Amino acid sequence: MFYREAGDFKTSYKDDNQTFPIRLDRMGYYIVMFVAFCVVPFFVNDYWVNSVFAPFLIYAIAALGLNILTGYAGQVSLGTGGFMAVGAYAVYKLMVAFPDVSIVIHVLLAGGITAVVGVLFGLPSLRIKGFYLAVATLAAQFFLVWVFNKVPWFYNYSASGQINAPERSVFGVIVTGPNTEAWAKYMICLVFVVVLAWVARNLTRGMMGRKWMGIRDMDIAAEIIGVNPLMAKLTAFAVSSFFVGVAGALFFAVYLGAAEAGESFGIAKSFLILFMIIIGGLGSIFGSFAGAAFMVLLPVLLKNVLVGGLGWPTDLAAHLEFMVVGGLIVIFLILEPHGLAQLWRLTKEKLRLWPFPH
Amino acid sequence: MKFTKIAAASVTALMVATPVLADLVFPSLSYRTGPYAAGGIPYADGFADYFTLLNERDGGIGGVAIQVPECETAYNTEKGVECYESTKGQGALVYNPLSTGITYQLIPKVTADNIPLYTPGYGRTSAANGKVFSNVFNFPANYWNAASLAVNHLLEINGGDIKGKKIALVYHNSAYGKEPIRTLEGLAEKHGFELLAIPVDHPGQEQKAQWLQIRREKPDNVLMWGWGVMNQVAIQEAANIRFPMENFIGVWWSGGDHDVTPAGDKSNGYKAVTFHGVGDDYPVFGDIQKYVVDSGKAAGAGDNIGKAIYNRGVYAAMLLAEAAKTAQEIHGTADITAAQMRDGMEALEITEERMVELGMGGFGPSFTVSCENHGGPGTGAIQQWDAAAGSWKLISDFGGSDMDVIQPLIDADSAAYASENNITERCN
Amino acid sequence: MPEQLLFAIEVTLNGLMAGVLYALVALGFVLIFKASGIFNYAQGVMALFAALTLVGIQQGQVPFSHLINAIFGTHIHHFPWQVPSIIAIILAAGVMVFFAWLVEKYILQHLIGQPDIILFMATIGLAYFMEGFGDMMWGSEIKTLDVGLPQGLNVAIDETTYGWFGYGFFIDNLDLVATLVAIVLVTVLVIFSQYTKQGRALRAVADDHSAALSVGISLRFIWVLVWSIAGFVALVAGIMWGAKSGVQFSLSLIALKALPVLMLGGFTSIPGAIIGGLIIGVGEQLFEFAIGPMVGGATQNWFAYVLALVFLIFRPQGLFGEKIIERV
Repeated sequence: MFYREAGDFKTSYKDDNQTFPIRLDRMGYYIVMFVAFCVVPFFVNDYWVNSVFAPFLIYAIAALGLNILTGYAGQVSLGTGGFMAVGAYAVYKLMVAFPDVSIVIHVLLAGGITAVVGVLFGLPSLRIKGFYLAVATLAAQFFLVWVFNKVPWFYNYSASGQINAPERSVFGVIVTGPNTEAWAKYMICLVFVVVLAWVARNLTRGMMGRKWMGIRDMDIAAEIIGVNPLMAKLTAFAVSSFFVGVAGALFFAVYLGAAEAGESFGIAKSFLILFMIIIGGLGSIFGSFAGAAFMVLLPVLLKNVLVGGLGWPTDLAAHLEFMVVGGLIVIFLILEPHGLAQLWRLTKEKLRLWPFPH
Repeated sequence: MKFTKIAAASVTALMVATPVLADLVFPSLSYRTGPYAAGGIPYADGFADYFTLLNERDGGIGGVAIQVPECETAYNTEKGVECYESTKGQGALVYNPLSTGITYQLIPKVTADNIPLYTPGYGRTSAANGKVFSNVFNFPANYWNAASLAVNHLLEINGGDIKGKKIALVYHNSAYGKEPIRTLEGLAEKHGFELLAIPVDHPGQEQKAQWLQIRREKPDNVLMWGWGVMNQVAIQEAANIRFPMENFIGVWWSGGDHDVTPAGDKSNGYKAVTFHGVGDDYPVFGDIQKYVVDSGKAAGAGDNIGKAIYNRGVYAAMLLAEAAKTAQEIHGTADITAAQMRDGMEALEITEERMVELGMGGFGPSFTVSCENHGGPGTGAIQQWDAAAGSWKLISDFGGSDMDVIQPLIDADSAAYASENNITERCN
Repeated sequence: MPEQLLFAIEVTLNGLMAGVLYALVALGFVLIFKASGIFNYAQGVMALFAALTLVGIQQGQVPFSHLINAIFGTHIHHFPWQVPSIIAIILAAGVMVFFAWLVEKYILQHLIGQPDIILFMATIGLAYFMEGFGDMMWGSEIKTLDVGLPQGLNVAIDETTYGWFGYGFFIDNLDLVATLVAIVLVTVLVIFSQYTKQGRALRAVADDHSAALSVGISLRFIWVLVWSIAGFVALVAGIMWGAKSGVQFSLSLIALKALPVLMLGGFTSIPGAIIGGLIIGVGEQLFEFAIGPMVGGATQNWFAYVLALVFLIFRPQGLFGEKIIERV
């Protein structure tokens, strides 16, 4: 009744092509933006930012990146953790080497460096496909982590191989280091997320995105109709790695503040982000957010309910958490293999017709 | 609407319930799951059981009840940060995360929040320098002490001369495992032995190549910096290649009962460094049995008492309880804050009389903490595994470590940290 | 003979033995992939779960004791008996068969016809679930697994080779046992799949699902069968690895050791899994021996993957995988 497109006339091509063609969607989007930028910053505290918002926003960027590669271009990657490590170590080296340059530039440069590394490891994708490629990207994962652990130059020869983010600020507001205010931490992540999501959305619906999807659906057929598979696959790797690199840089510099390659960027991270996009929905921007939210919030929620609410022993709660997350993944796949995004889409379809479904 | 109810319940659940104020809160960031659970469980049990004992027997510390809210980290830094943030608001007095990775995360955070961080025998070694690390304490001993203690033991059994010996270090390839390398390099230079560093990647399930290398190179001694499954596999592999167990010395984190038992009788004679007493032959464990285990309040099944890692948890809890008591005395209030707790830790004084009073006579060294020195005396002993009896035995006295080598390293590392983070030295 | 050469031979032999263990894990993957096209990520966790169950039964642990204690405030943990190893192994195998049946009934049946990636994800979900379930059932502390397998240096080989070359080779008894078990296991599997009715049905399903269905082969039965076999292989792998390190969480990570083996050998070939395992085993040990000390060691984790990657660039379907034919 309320959610409908009747009466919403488009009078120009521009209107017709906009991201949210339905007025209510558009309004919803503006409201979310308003709340995110103008309401949340005034109410967040350390706990909310460090346990919920910062990981959610940063994982959303990583999920966007992986979704471009896996969901849009069809190249399954299990090297995400390794690429995040590249972003983290790149931003660390840049921050230490050029303390006067803005951290925002460092983060973007770190993304660029990751993109180069990503292309390098993306080269085999021209020969190797499917699961073979997925396993091949694990080579990147393990090799990169090993390199960051082994070459002392990357961690500035510190005794333990840990890297620590020094204090940096944007417009006079501290955004890294221990003295960061909760809202500043939140805002810097949010700005990156919004800008990158906007870029991702427009890339994927433009020519590049269509090429990627052609490759995904059937690469030989796409090649015949004139898509250059080399360019398409490598751009997918580059763009995806850029996103993942930015996520890794923020993860280290803003969220954790200290990191160690093997522990923070291990294989578990690669799988976690893959879960996010599959649960959220492959080939969907909304899905990347939904998946990140699901995987970040669910464990925190379960833990608080079981340990904080019901007073369970922590180990039982942790075991149950594994069971619930695993069980939910299976149930989701059985009920809706295309993820939360598809669920959302179906809900909207139903709402459009509601309350007169026939 | 059912859904909104669930949502509302979830949101309230997300906001952590605050406990009754006016309790002393010692959060336990433990790990009872994941790859390192085997070591995390006994430690968390010991830590919790000692505080339960104080509650049951003495009615808390200075008449104030103690709470030990547990938070599961699974040895994962992100979960560690989440745990820190969620317990911080409950009036946490001090953190003891039992993870070098989480310690590195927390050092800047606790300093900003003015909460003390206690990392006995692990964490960032140079935090022993209180002039730079105002809120981090790692008394009574740290990794570099351990490295020196192991080498001292070798000196002792070799009549003071280990020139030309070949000593291999098998280490967990992470921040934790890399810590002793610098000290050992310094000691190698001083005593003229040859150091062979052999890394093992997480998790360390497969170490055949490393031990074949040891078999080929025939080092006189092997030191180990391992944690988790790496310990069990290393001891098993050492037994397989018939490396003499008495020449194999682990750091205290490689000296748990669960590390040696899987290899059975073959692990007999394996040595490890320790900074506290072994076994359950101390009155305090009788009290724990009586007040905690028998009344069904134990954190675990109660069968860990006297095991090496459990004892370490008890010891850490005891030192913190003493520090809390000191803080109560200094500030004249029973209900101390985290900042007051920090002062208490800095003024902590452990005497042998006090240890006897606590039922732990001879369990650990007597020492005082000062503004400059947060690292304690750095003393320790060597324990040896007796497979037939199924227990550790101390085979040396508690001795000191070579501070001539360690102190310059601590100063250099903490100075680097201070300059990176614009910290001015305190205690002047 | 020069010393270095002797060392290299010793390392190679040990690499072969390690490779057998890898192949054992990889075998479980291949079986399931062949029969149902599912890349079963849970294979490693199945090994952990099987080993946990074995130890639990053997030592008479009460399942879910921790949960029961937490809810009812009781203090139970062990039954007053211990079960002999052989019976415990049979019971654990029984549990794995039951598990296979559950997986088929509650997961696979509902996912027929879904794309590969979805099935893969389902097994990851399953892996998560089992990880929590196994710990919940048996507890997460480390357990010693002892079914009476010999371990340690094989003295006969050591002495013989010492007599020949003046340097005794190190071969672990456990590895010898594992090799023997693997040979028996593979022989039995081959005989089973070549000469029995169910085995032929299994191969028919591997060739073509719909064709197999149309001649009256029950897909469901075959899936239960193949998951049971994979469960049994996981049990064997769990015993071999668990004997060395004790049974604990990290055991599930051996799946990561099997992935490069699969890439190299091809996902669909049993001989591929074995030869791939041997190549990876020898390759990574030799690399660590020859190059490792120069670059700082601990290369095993990534070297296997890089080796497999290089192989794949020249042969994208693995050594023995079915040739990938693409049509538009």
